[in-house]
This record gives sequence, C-alpha cells and structure tokens, in this order.
Amino acid sequence: MDLTYSDAEQAFRAEAREWLEANVPTGLESGDTAAGFAQHLEWEKRLFEARWAVVSWPEAYGGREASLWEWLIFEEEYYRAGAPMRVTQNGIFLLAPTLFDFGTPEQQDRILPRMAAAEDLWCQGWSEPGAGSDLAATKSRAVRDEAAGGWRLTGQKTWTTRGAFCTHMFGLFRTDPESERHRGLSYFMVPLDIEGVTVRGFDRLDGDEGFAEVFLEDAFVPDDAVIGEVDAGWKVAMATTGSERGLTLRSPGRFLSAAERLIDLAGEQGEAAGPLLRDRVAQAWIDAEAYQLFTLEQVTTISEGGSPGARSSLNKIFWSELDVRLQETALDLLGPAAELDGPWSRGFLFALAGPIYAGTNEIQRNIVAERLLGLPRK
Amino acid sequence: MRFALTEDQAALRHAVRDLLARECRPAVVREAWEGGADAPGVAAVWAKLAEMGVLGAAVPEEAGGLGLGACDVVPLLEEAGRVALPLPIVETAFVAAPLLAAVGDADAVGGIVEGDLLVACALDGADEVPWAGDAGLVLVAERPGGPVTALRASSDAGAGSTVVAAAGSTLSQFPDALSAAESIDAARRVGILTDRAAATDLGATDEDCLAAWQRGALGAAAQLIGLSRALLAMSVAYAEERRQFGVPIGTFQAVKHHLANALLGVEFAAPAVLRAAWSMDTDAATADRDVAMAKALASDAAERVAATALQAHGAIAYTTEYDLHLFAKRVWAGSRSWGTAEWQRARVATALGLDKEGSSR
Repeated sequence: MDLTYSDAEQAFRAEAREWLEANVPTGLESGDTAAGFAQHLEWEKRLFEARWAVVSWPEAYGGREASLWEWLIFEEEYYRAGAPMRVTQNGIFLLAPTLFDFGTPEQQDRILPRMAAAEDLWCQGWSEPGAGSDLAATKSRAVRDEAAGGWRLTGQKTWTTRGAFCTHMFGLFRTDPESERHRGLSYFMVPLDIEGVTVRGFDRLDGDEGFAEVFLEDAFVPDDAVIGEVDAGWKVAMATTGSERGLTLRSPGRFLSAAERLIDLAGEQGEAAGPLLRDRVAQAWIDAEAYQLFTLEQVTTISEGGSPGARSSLNKIFWSELDVRLQETALDLLGPAAELDGPWSRGFLFALAGPIYAGTNEIQRNIVAERLLGLPRK
Repeated sequence: MRFALTEDQAALRHAVRDLLARECRPAVVREAWEGGADAPGVAAVWAKLAEMGVLGAAVPEEAGGLGLGACDVVPLLEEAGRVALPLPIVETAFVAAPLLAAVGDADAVGGIVEGDLLVACALDGADEVPWAGDAGLVLVAERPGGPVTALRASSDAGAGSTVVAAAGSTLSQFPDALSAAESIDAARRVGILTDRAAATDLGATDEDCLAAWQRGALGAAAQLIGLSRALLAMSVAYAEERRQFGVPIGTFQAVKHHLANALLGVEFAAPAVLRAAWSMDTDAATADRDVAMAKALASDAAERVAATALQAHGAIAYTTEYDLHLFAKRVWAGSRSWGTAEWQRARVATALGLDKEGSSR
C-alpha cells in the first residue's frame, strides 16, 4: 500500500489546477443543445491548444502521455474546477481506445488528431430499434461493393447521443448476411455527411435535443472505414463497451466533486436539513469516496498488467446508482424548490439515464453474476 | 500510488487463510457454541494462531510481537471472519495487545502473545460485552474513544479459564462485575456489565485510547468483510447445485441479481477497509473518518449479504443443522458492535462539517 502521489504527479496536479482555474468557462448552455454544443466546442478547442484535451494520449496526437494515475488526477481537477461536460467524450474515451488497440497506423494518424482537436465529432451507433440491451440482434447491414472498394451501409441506428451535432458515427453493421447474433458483424466508422445518411434529432426526457436516429440507405464507405478484421466487429466492440462501463466514461472525480457540492448544499440548508437528510448526504459522500478507492485498486491492477475484465460492470452499476441517489438527496434537501430548472434538477434528470445507457444495469448484474460469481448462464 | 497488499502481506494472509481453512471448520464453530474457548477444537485453533505469531502481530517487536501495522493485520482479521472464528481475535490481538504494550503491561501482553489470555471489549459505551465468557480481561469505556478501564479476572478463576455460565448467572472470573447473557450467536458468550465502577483505569493516554477504539471498529469491519465473502461463496455454491423447475436456481435472474447486489456491497466496502488501515498506519489526519466510513460500509454490506444468503438458500438456511446460520448470526450479532452503520455515518458527517449548524463548514 502506498496511497501517496509522487512529486511529479503532484506537480502535474498543480499545473492542471492552475490552468483550469484560469480558463474554465462559466454559464455555458447544455452541451446537448445546438447552441450549447457550439459553446462547448470552443472549450474543447481551448483544451486542445493547451494540450489538456487528451492527456493520456501520445504527444504526437496532442496528448501528454499521462499515466492512468495522472489521468485520474486530471479528472479530479477537471470536475473540482466545475469544468463543462466533454462533448467529445464518445470519441476520445470510447472510439480512441478502440483505435489504439485495433486500428491501423494509417487509421490512427488520420482520425485521432482531428478527434483530439474537436474537428471531427464522434457519436455512437450501437442501439437499433430492435437491438438495445440485446446488441447482438443488430440488423443494420453492410454489403460489399467490390468495384468501388468498400461497403454500402443500410439500416437504422437510434438513441444516438448528440448525433444531430456530430460529424461522424461508429457502430456495428452485419457484413455476413448469413450470420447470426455476434458473428458476422464488423466495426465501421461512418461520416454523417455522406450520401445516403439522414440524421433526425429528437428531444430527450430532460428537454435537450440531444438524441438522434440515423438512417442509412446504401451509404458508401471505403475499406479503411472498418476497424479490425471484417466479421470480427463483436470483439472490437466489446473492448469499447468495457471502457464505457468502467473507468473511462465516469472517473471518480466527477462524483467526488458532486458530493462536495451536495455537502455545501446541506450546509446552506442548515437546520432544515435534519438528521435523516444529513445521514443521506454522508452516505452519498461515502459512496463517492468508495468509488474512488475501488478505482485506485483497479488502476493498480491495470498498471501492473492486469485487466479489470468483468469487474468494469461493478463500476457501471455503482457509479450510475450512486449518481441517482446523490441527485435525489439534493432534490430532497431543496424540497419544493427542487422542481425548478437548475443544476440539481438537471443533474437528476441526467443521472436517470445512467442505469440505462452503456448496457442497462440489469445486463451488468447478469455479467457480475455469471462472470464474477460464476453462476450458470442456463 | 499503489492500492494493493505487498507480497509479504499477501503471503501472510494466505498462510493464515490456509491455517484457518484447515483448523477452523464449521464443526469447530459449533464446538464453541457449546464449550466456548475451552472446547478442544477451538483451543487448538487459538494455539496454532499463537504459534504462527498472529496473536502478537500488532505488538511492537521490543514487547515480544511481530511489530506489524494495520495494513498487515487487517487482512488476517478478514480471514478470521471468513471462517467465523469463534474467538475474540480483534479484541485480543488488535485492540488490547498494542494498548497493553503501550501502558507497559508485559504480563498481559505476554499472555496474549502466548495464547493464554483472551480479552473482551466494551469500548462503545454499551453494557453488552461480547466474548466476556471467554475472557480473562475486559476493557471498558464510557464512550467510543474515551478513557479505557480494565476488569481483571479474579485470581481464583485464573486468566483464560472459562466456564459456561447460564444466562443471568454471574461470570465466575468476574464475580462482581459481569453476568452471563444469551446471544443469538452463542459463540460470542456475551456478558452484561453490572458494575462499571469495578473497572480500574488502565493509565493509557487519550491518544492510545482513541487508537484502540479505532482498531476495534476497523477490525470488526474487516471481520464483517470476511464473513460476507464466506456467506456469498456458500450462496453461490448452493445456487449452482440446487435445482428447481429442472434447472439450477442460479440460472434465474432474480437469484443472480440478488447475489450480484450482495457482491457489489462487499466489493465497494473492502477497499475502504484497507484504506482505513493505511490511514491508521500513517497517522493520517483523516484516520477517524476513514475508519468510520469503513465500518459503516462493512456493516451495511454484511447485513445485505446475510439477508441475501438466507433468501438464496431458502428454507434450508432457516435451520440450525445447516452451517449457514453460524456465519449469518455472527453478522447479525456483530454488525452493530463497534458503532452501528448509522452512528459511524454520523461520525463521518461530523468530520465533513455536516453538524447541525452545517453552514459552519
């Protein structure tokens, strides 16, 4: 056990803190609206120019080659400073790790710098009308066009977050028409401005127009749009969903800072908070701290060559449900004023999506039971 | 930064786990229900732990121990929980031994290290004293972390000699100060303090008294994690084997999700326990808060696991012939000792500045 950061790591923290305190913008609209998205893009470009956009990436792509520990430190400081949500997160945290693992050098050089600079904006194309939790039921298909040297995509993707504002999408398409379930799928990257692609945005529960459905009709992409081998997309996709469930989508810093804000809110309420609510506030802080400690253990494992594997499902269940409890506690502290539009009511509505996206928590519990506890599938 | 046991710590843990798996089977826990610490199987486990040095692990080397820290000892206490060790290892080896060494009571420390002296504690201000029936020494405090006083066994009875007493009768080794009570977990051999004034000041500093309390809460948390892991393992094994509607009940999502939830609580409590040990070893300013958080999480996790284990097993678990109750009752009887989850959360709340005038933060 050594729960101290090195001098170099502390210097990294100090540098991040200083820059964030001097640069974090305030008063941005939601990044999941058209106007707010544009404001967030400005912020992303500033992050990139100061080399804070993708700290863990190679320097050649705009990163700092930060270790996982430094990445955690940066995230802590990022949320501590009250910095905006990352509208680039689906690219930099989900597609990028996939490209680092499975992409060709040509793909990496072509895609990653533009992604880091927020020039290309990536959304996910996983869910379909008939394939939600059951991702292997994917029906969208890719038909070989030998003459043109590529694939023609047809189908429909949905619940695509920020799809109406993004420039590119990644997702699974069935390349082997005879195949079933998780076999015969390939992992594609698709520009959303090509012929045959139609994007329709629609409002989410929280009122932001952050959802989209994407219709594809014979849309052509070249061979270099495929990541990994043709028909082996399931394996590639599972690597991405592992990142999404686990660390990279929700670092502990986010919840630690939310818990601190909750404590401040309880302080503002004073006596009105009462002992029952104080107990829940303490529990929320304890849960955020427990998530941090679990993560430190996990990062130790990864740093020493291990893999979180199915344990990333524990992360996903825990952070998504702790977020809902934390936000509910804030609303209860606010009382009747909780219904008014504000950071906590927005935070609550946002948190409600957590147990659903990135694999519903029911699916995650199945994974925990079958792969960690070893219970029989059938 | 490295959040994991060292190789040495992991090796010691495995050695203790192997020893306990061999020597402390459920049959031994049952022996303790009848005969307490003097039952042959129970006495044999304790002697083996003494031989291995575990009972003196937290005692400084100059006082005859191994001089190990909380990060070394806490994993061993988790292992003691895993087998529902029916003896006060937390109280004796982790709370009392370093405290007695600090006040220079070489006889008592020697007795502990040799395996001849068992210590019971009521440092949370309650009158209930778990393990009193086995103890030659009882440590008492009026409030958590407060000054520690001691009741020593009368010379007639002799330290370490235990007699199974009927509920309500006086414990022979403490004739004027403790009476026997029945616990839902008979292995705990609870006594009730009838005369606090009989306890004499130990002469420990405020700092040492607080640290003793913290070690107790931390050790109890570690044991609850071990108990939880044992209960979960039994439940998973049962769910794989038990068939209904022609299939193992572990294939049903309802059962899977219950067990997944139980695991979730344990997996997020265990790192908090290890962190609290680190905070104590490094005299961190947050040590008290970190111990409180660990105990709150461990108590809640263990209660959830015990309830889940009972439900996953069904009727077989609601018997005393099946072993599960030996573990579940240790949880139900012990999760509220050393500060309930609510009490510990209140301690965290205070540390966070969430007191009544929360705005003072």
